[in-house]
Amino acid sequence: MTDKTVALPGHAGFIKNNLRNYGMLLSLFAIMLFFQVMTDGTLLQPLNLTNLVLQNSYIVIMALGMLLIIVTGHIDLSVGSVAGFVGAVAAVLMVRYHVAYPLAFIACLLVGALIGAAQGYWVAYFKIPSFIVTLAGMLVFKGLALAILAGQSVGPFPPTFQKLSSGFIPELFPGAGTLYPTSLLIGAVLAVALVYTSAKSRARQASHGIEVEPFGFFVAKSAVLFAVIVFFAGLIASHRGLPNVLVIMTALIALYGFVTTRTVIGRHIYAIGGNARAASLSGIKTERLTFLTFVNMGVLAALAGLVFAARLNTATPKAGAGFELDVIAACFIGGASAYGGVGKVGGAVIGAMIMGVMNNGMSILGIGIDYQQVIKGLVLLGAVCLDVYNQRR
Amino acid sequence: MTAILEMRGVSKSFAGVQALRDVNFTVEAGQIHALVGENGAGKSTLMKVLSGVYAHGDYEGSIIFDGEERRFRDVNDSEALGIIIIHQELALIPLMSIAENIFLSHPPSRLGVIDRDTVYRRTQELLAQVGLTEMPDTLVTDLGVGKQQLVEIAKALSKRVRLLILDEPTASLNENDSAALLDRLLAFRAQGIASILISHKLSEVARVADRITVLRDGRTVDSIDCRAEPVEEDRVIRSMVNRDLAHRFPQRTASIGAPVFAVQDWTVHHPLHRDRRVIKGVDFEVRRGEVVGIAGLMGAGRTEFAMSLFGRAWGERISGRVWLDGREVNLTSVAAAIDAGLAYVTEDRKELGLILDADVRKNITLASLSRVARQGRIDDMAELRVASEYRNRMRIRCSDVYQETGQLSGGNQQKVVLSKWLMTDPKVLILDEPTRGIDVGAKYEIYCIINELAEAGKGVVMISSEMPELLGVCDRICVMNDGALVGEFGAAEATQEGIMRAIMRNKEMHKKVLQGDLRP
Repeated sequence: MTDKTVALPGHAGFIKNNLRNYGMLLSLFAIMLFFQVMTDGTLLQPLNLTNLVLQNSYIVIMALGMLLIIVTGHIDLSVGSVAGFVGAVAAVLMVRYHVAYPLAFIACLLVGALIGAAQGYWVAYFKIPSFIVTLAGMLVFKGLALAILAGQSVGPFPPTFQKLSSGFIPELFPGAGTLYPTSLLIGAVLAVALVYTSAKSRARQASHGIEVEPFGFFVAKSAVLFAVIVFFAGLIASHRGLPNVLVIMTALIALYGFVTTRTVIGRHIYAIGGNARAASLSGIKTERLTFLTFVNMGVLAALAGLVFAARLNTATPKAGAGFELDVIAACFIGGASAYGGVGKVGGAVIGAMIMGVMNNGMSILGIGIDYQQVIKGLVLLGAVCLDVYNQRR
Repeated sequence: MTAILEMRGVSKSFAGVQALRDVNFTVEAGQIHALVGENGAGKSTLMKVLSGVYAHGDYEGSIIFDGEERRFRDVNDSEALGIIIIHQELALIPLMSIAENIFLSHPPSRLGVIDRDTVYRRTQELLAQVGLTEMPDTLVTDLGVGKQQLVEIAKALSKRVRLLILDEPTASLNENDSAALLDRLLAFRAQGIASILISHKLSEVARVADRITVLRDGRTVDSIDCRAEPVEEDRVIRSMVNRDLAHRFPQRTASIGAPVFAVQDWTVHHPLHRDRRVIKGVDFEVRRGEVVGIAGLMGAGRTEFAMSLFGRAWGERISGRVWLDGREVNLTSVAAAIDAGLAYVTEDRKELGLILDADVRKNITLASLSRVARQGRIDDMAELRVASEYRNRMRIRCSDVYQETGQLSGGNQQKVVLSKWLMTDPKVLILDEPTRGIDVGAKYEIYCIINELAEAGKGVVMISSEMPELLGVCDRICVMNDGALVGEFGAAEATQEGIMRAIMRNKEMHKKVLQGDLRP
């Protein structure tokens, strides 16, 4: 019997084998380029880019939690309602009862955790399909948001809270005209750090005799990575600098990227989605981990709800409606499998960005909300079909 | 009498494993023909060829039915001629009524609307034929297994049946239900319907069969005309198991030490039917450096026994005491069992053993990730080193440890599973059918690994349905039947005939004693 080999010889083979890994990223760039041209350069204007980040931050934050849920083979339909509900709780606490911002913030995250625990309990320990539990949760929290706001919008929030979404990091070197050097510097440092760690990991792998990407390819990749980060940092820095929420988002992406790829708990989550029974017979506490992924989702949905409320500067009963669809779509566009076990943090983030760029670009082009939805739906279907086709090949 | 069915020179192989070799099999009109043989002898494969599950062209040889050569493309073709097979796992839909089940695929209808009166009337007629008095609108889930079996037969009768094939129909029935079912077969014979009866129970075979054919290793080795000569149980058993054992197993000189694993009065109940005892007060012991086999037929409770011991991964209301390495332990979770030094290599590696999408490395380290991690963070280089070590030591043939496990051959997949469990550094390993579905060369390698483990002082429990491999590898063989140990043989005194006799004899005896327990 012969074992199939996957490696093709030479550089061409290497690029071909890795094309799928970079396919999503290339699609994102293609879509950005398309809208950049179609909008006569409006898409990448510093102001618009900053808006793009702010508009999509809560989707990205929730996509991180949703990815883990989807990887374990579940789904959470309630995240939009939970985000809306937590925004309402925040408004009631801060506006009606004048609770201090940090205290209210922590209380809201705890509420999110409790909601996640309540839903995860039924899914993990009672084996009730997550689709049903979270569909129920979606209705419950949508209703509760309406109830505690008494059907009205509540606002405005204290200015310190608004800074969560509309604030920018403080400038250490003021007086550089329209440019914010601190942000540019942070971008450059980040870019150098990324290139440095990937070079180090490549060297380490090579020293253990693992096949690594060809040197030329590695240099080119690093150069592109460096240039792209510095370019975007430059754009951001020429508006008002780094938005606070972008800092939070980047930190979370890094954290979840690390957890999913490098930790025992991350590996166990993928194992549950890959084969739950085999995982449980290997001593993995599948029920507890499933429960925890829902708790985690609740906390992230709460954070997203706070960011969204801070951005609107008011809590409305309708807040969060339909977010779950964008979040789930982001994960699937990013290559997560509906059967569980497969999906990457980077993919989910890129998926969210693709959705965000399309929303933004189509709005600039003046395409109505009606056809925007049609196009987004088709892109979702197309992306997943392409992925399934690639896997069958 | 004339032959209704003749199968001539049928051969069939799966990926290099020869399942049937030149089998000739004839059923005469109005005959009950029993087909017996060990697990894996080829009985089910032969029936799948006959019923068209394997289409014409997938096998060699010819099928002559009613005097004409037939080339079935699928099950519908054989059903159209009246060849109906009733599988061991019933194909009824539990939450539908008896009538709906019987007329599921071809309900009498007018313009696509089901004619409920006709369905009801015909169901009543069919139920009367199989001796059931239930109302046609009774839900199948409300019937016992015995009656469900009779509903399956009624379903077969609703299609014009000429040849009825029953695969272990009485395996889960108590004595009364079994007798009722066998009486039906005799009644059908009187009506001219021929039957093929696959069964492990020689007494019932002897009671109803007109002819017994014995399959072994995919060949017909004996055929007994029960009308011409009396059925000798010993002759049947000898035909079932006799084969050459030399040179298929690596040698090992056993050095057996102190007991490393002991179980006392282990009792387990079924997770769904909580009153049903599945494991019935088993006492069991393994010593250091010892390989203990557990023989038995499918459904004897061996897997349930092993899984319930392994951190209660199966069963409810479990009682009994367990000692590992002289210390009494209470293993309430799989993680606790692994920590205590117990490993269980599952029977079904694809469903229960491996994550097929994940690479070889991730599968090997899955049960002991903490050994290559610090504070929850995986040291990927240490992981790679360990995985590569096992790859070399177990001679896993893969392009590298990053290859997807699903792409490997069965034997190599099994070595990945074994590596996973060896990495947990167990004191006792329970191997459940470790060589199922893998080729001869890979089997030999697995036997070598088992020998190495025993030589390293571990206790090894090997569950297998292949008696030759138990005889070739084990120092001691326990026989399990109906959830109890019913016999024990040292390596020197064990023979296939002896083991098979222990199972068969016990089956007859147990049924009388434990009838209450067998009722679902």
